[in-house]
Amino acid sequence: MRGVRSAAGRFGGSEPSTGRIVKAAVIVFPGSNCDRDLAVALARSGAEVEMVWHKETDLPKGVDLVGLPGGFSYGDHLRCGAIAARSAIVGAVKGHAERGGHVLGICNGFQILTETGLLPGVLMRNSGLKFVCNTQALRVETTRSAFTEGYGENGVIRIPIAHHDGNYTADSDTLDRLTGEDRIAFTYLSNPNGSARDIAGVLSPNRRILGMMPHPERVVDPALGGMDGSTLFEGVVGALETAGV
Amino acid sequence: MRAKVEVMLKDGVLDPQGEAVCHALGSLGFDGVSKVRQGKIIELDLADGTTKDDVRAMCEKLLANTVIETYRIEIG
Repeated sequence: MRGVRSAAGRFGGSEPSTGRIVKAAVIVFPGSNCDRDLAVALARSGAEVEMVWHKETDLPKGVDLVGLPGGFSYGDHLRCGAIAARSAIVGAVKGHAERGGHVLGICNGFQILTETGLLPGVLMRNSGLKFVCNTQALRVETTRSAFTEGYGENGVIRIPIAHHDGNYTADSDTLDRLTGEDRIAFTYLSNPNGSARDIAGVLSPNRRILGMMPHPERVVDPALGGMDGSTLFEGVVGALETAGV
Repeated sequence: MRAKVEVMLKDGVLDPQGEAVCHALGSLGFDGVSKVRQGKIIELDLADGTTKDDVRAMCEKLLANTVIETYRIEIG
C-alpha cells in the first residue's frame, strides 16, 4: 500500500523560474478525499509533492511545506480531525511547525490543526446543522503571510466550501488576540456556518501555519470554475523558492 | 472493570444540536422545555488495575476537546 502510494503519489513540480525547487508533503489519512487535488494545485505552482501516509513517523527529507487535505479522516468519528490529530505522522508535522516550517490545512486539515493545538479554537457543527456545499465570497483580511500576500488588501475572492463542521469557535480572549495580531486570514462576506466573527481561516503566531475551511485547491483551473485559489499556492511556493528556508 | 465517560459541551458554548432538539420537542407539543444540551457517553472496558488517573489522561488526550468540552468519569 505504502509503496503504491509512494510510486503513484509523486507529483513532479515544474521548473521554477528562480530559486530552488520547493518540496511539499501532502499527508494522506484514511478518509482524506482532497489529497490529490491539493497535490495537483501545489505541483502546478512549481512544488515537488510527495504523498505521505499517516502511519509514517517522518516527513521526507527537506520538506518545506506540509499540506493537510480535506476529507473525512477516520469518518469524523469522535470529533472531526480528533483521531487524525493523534496519528503517527503528526509528531513529525508538529516538529516541522516548531522549526518554523509552513503548514497548510484545508477543511478537515484545518480541523486537524485545531485538534493538534497548532491553531487555536475549534470547528463545531454548522449552526444550521446542515452540510453546506457552495461557493463563498471571502474577504482577504491580511496580506501579511506567504499564503495571502498575493491577494490585494481587502480583496474579495470566491472559493468553494463543503463542510458540516465549519463553525469556528473560540473564547473571546482568543478571538481578540487573533484580531489584534492580524491573524484572521479570511472572513465570509455572508456567514454560511455561524463561525465567530465570520472567520473562514486563521494563521499561527509566526504566520506560517494557515488553516481554512474553504477549498482553494478546487479553484486553480478555469475549467473548474475559477482561479482564485492559485494565488495562494503560487504565493507560498514562490516565497519558499526564494526564501531558501 | 468498566468506566463510563460523559462528555458535555461547556456552559456558554453554543450547542446547535441541542437547540434543534429543543425546537423539535416544542413543535411536537412538549411545552416547557427551555433548554436542551446534547453530549455523549463513552463506555470503556478496561484491564483490572486501570486507575481513574489513567482514564483522566485518556480524556485529556483524546476523548474530550477541553477547549469546548468537559468530562466526567464514572468507574465501575
